[in-house]
Amino acid sequence: MTGLLLHADGISKSFGGVQALSEVSIVIQPGEIYGLIGPNGAGKTTFFNLLTGLYRPDSGNFEFAGARLDARAPEQAAQRGIARTFQNIRLFANMSVLENVMVGRHVRTRAGVLGAVLRGPKTLAEERAIHERSLALLEFVGLTARRDEPSRHLAYGDQRRLEIARALATDPKLLALDEPAAGMNATETAALRRLLEAIRAQGVTLLLIEHDVKLVMGLCDRVAVLDYGRKIAEGRPAEVQRNAAVIEAYLGVGVTGALAGGASA
Amino acid sequence: MGRIASRKALVWTGFALVGVALAVLPLALGAAFGQAWVRVVNLALLYAMLALGLNIVVGFAGLLDLGYIAFYAVGAYTYALLASPHFGLHLPFWITLPLGFLVAAGFGVLLGAPTLKLRGDYLAIVTLGFGEIIRIFLNNLNAPVNITNGPQGVNLVDPLKLGGFSFSTRETLLGVDFSGPQKYYYALLALTLGIIVVNLRLQDSRIGRAWEAIREDEIAARAMGINTRNVKLLAFAMGASFAGLAGGLFASIQGFISPESFSLLESVMVLSMVVLGGMGNIAGVILGAVLLTGLPELIRFTVVPVQQALFGRVVVDPEAIRMLLFGLALILVMLFRPAGLWPAKLRKREFSG
Repeated sequence: MTGLLLHADGISKSFGGVQALSEVSIVIQPGEIYGLIGPNGAGKTTFFNLLTGLYRPDSGNFEFAGARLDARAPEQAAQRGIARTFQNIRLFANMSVLENVMVGRHVRTRAGVLGAVLRGPKTLAEERAIHERSLALLEFVGLTARRDEPSRHLAYGDQRRLEIARALATDPKLLALDEPAAGMNATETAALRRLLEAIRAQGVTLLLIEHDVKLVMGLCDRVAVLDYGRKIAEGRPAEVQRNAAVIEAYLGVGVTGALAGGASA
Repeated sequence: MGRIASRKALVWTGFALVGVALAVLPLALGAAFGQAWVRVVNLALLYAMLALGLNIVVGFAGLLDLGYIAFYAVGAYTYALLASPHFGLHLPFWITLPLGFLVAAGFGVLLGAPTLKLRGDYLAIVTLGFGEIIRIFLNNLNAPVNITNGPQGVNLVDPLKLGGFSFSTRETLLGVDFSGPQKYYYALLALTLGIIVVNLRLQDSRIGRAWEAIREDEIAARAMGINTRNVKLLAFAMGASFAGLAGGLFASIQGFISPESFSLLESVMVLSMVVLGGMGNIAGVILGAVLLTGLPELIRFTVVPVQQALFGRVVVDPEAIRMLLFGLALILVMLFRPAGLWPAKLRKREFSG
């Protein structure tokens, strides 16, 4: 299994009578940008929540970076190197922009109560490092000027970018983004795309759920399509786009013949 | 450069002035208004310690705790049982006070653990129950084995003593006459300052940020790798430990404790200090403690003479007026300063829309 970053093997999850995911398997290579797409309610966010330990799968397991990921709790997933953003932004609204990113460093730092109270040289050095790294990340996403404002004062697109900076602060191997472009205008989406490519260039693997088809097609190396909790297609964006099952899932049965040739978006 | 240096000098002069004021406060109060007012100031310092502890739980971590006074009781009883004729033990304060601190922290974890998954109203109700359980235990643990001496409480608790130096007796030192309460004042002040420093440093640390993150959004905090269980328990333990310390001091100052001193109303009072002063802001919380301890006393000392001067007799009981004004003050603060009298920067933002 070497060379794989994430191997999700036969993941199933049901909520009451609803089978949210059944037997979904995907493989993500290091350095890849992997897209997870599908109509609303297809199970994409459920997959994220299982991967990041918010829920436990009914069956199936995840293997991450060469070892089984038995994330019973989200903090363990973060510890292992999976960071995420949320579909409905979940920043620490009343903390400053900088503090939000600094919280992201929590999992990679050690200082406890005694360290905090005594402020020995080790703690001071760690605090300085947290501060510097967080400032660098703000610079990276272009929010340096707003570092001292409460995060809820940021514009929508900036909040999304702050969430990404906060996630990056945990030093992830895999960054899972839940609809990062939702609600963005064309300019913001273009900026986001550049940001995501810059993140990949730093060696972070990206997994993204996205509805913006143009973004997915242009950015992702490979995509998987979910529909009613099943993986119905996987491959390079251009291939998936022509897949009959995918067109059916998005547009309904019966239009396949009419559109198969010309569907472009 | 010159301006910065002079500003620094100004700040230090300010500190020095406050320091001198705090140092002569009990002497001036004692000389001008009598020892009763020194006792009020001591009480205010005790409440400031309690409020600072509760502020960690409620203000920083956002966990509403209505049974906080239980930890005060735990600290007070730890001290009293180990330093009174009740068991015939007379351990020195440098054992009993830290022990009260630790035992209270232990109880903080014990009572915090079952509530980890609760939030808001549910957490408030469960902690309220815990507070009452502790009080009822203290009330009833006099049979079959007499541990707490039940409702009669523990009497003749040892005062703070350091070698031959007792904090409870009148004494002349360096030509100045110090009463018992005046000597206690300095001990209380030193410990309160210590707690303030600990609070300030915790707030601006990895742990403090984790507390705030949990308060803001628990799920996001977990996704950032914060072990919310440990971090919450830490908040409960830290908050409780300060109450335990204050409890030990309370027992030593009063010389007598009983379960009556640790009623729900006391929990509510401390919470009011935190909320009224400014949740999450250390200075605000201290202000709340000082105001809510001092003002009722001021009323007590003025209401009766004023009424006698006006009507020739006492028309309204000062105790009744106290609760009335207390309620009025809370309503006014909620209306006009919802984030507290001296709000934390964060809270101010939160309420400024």
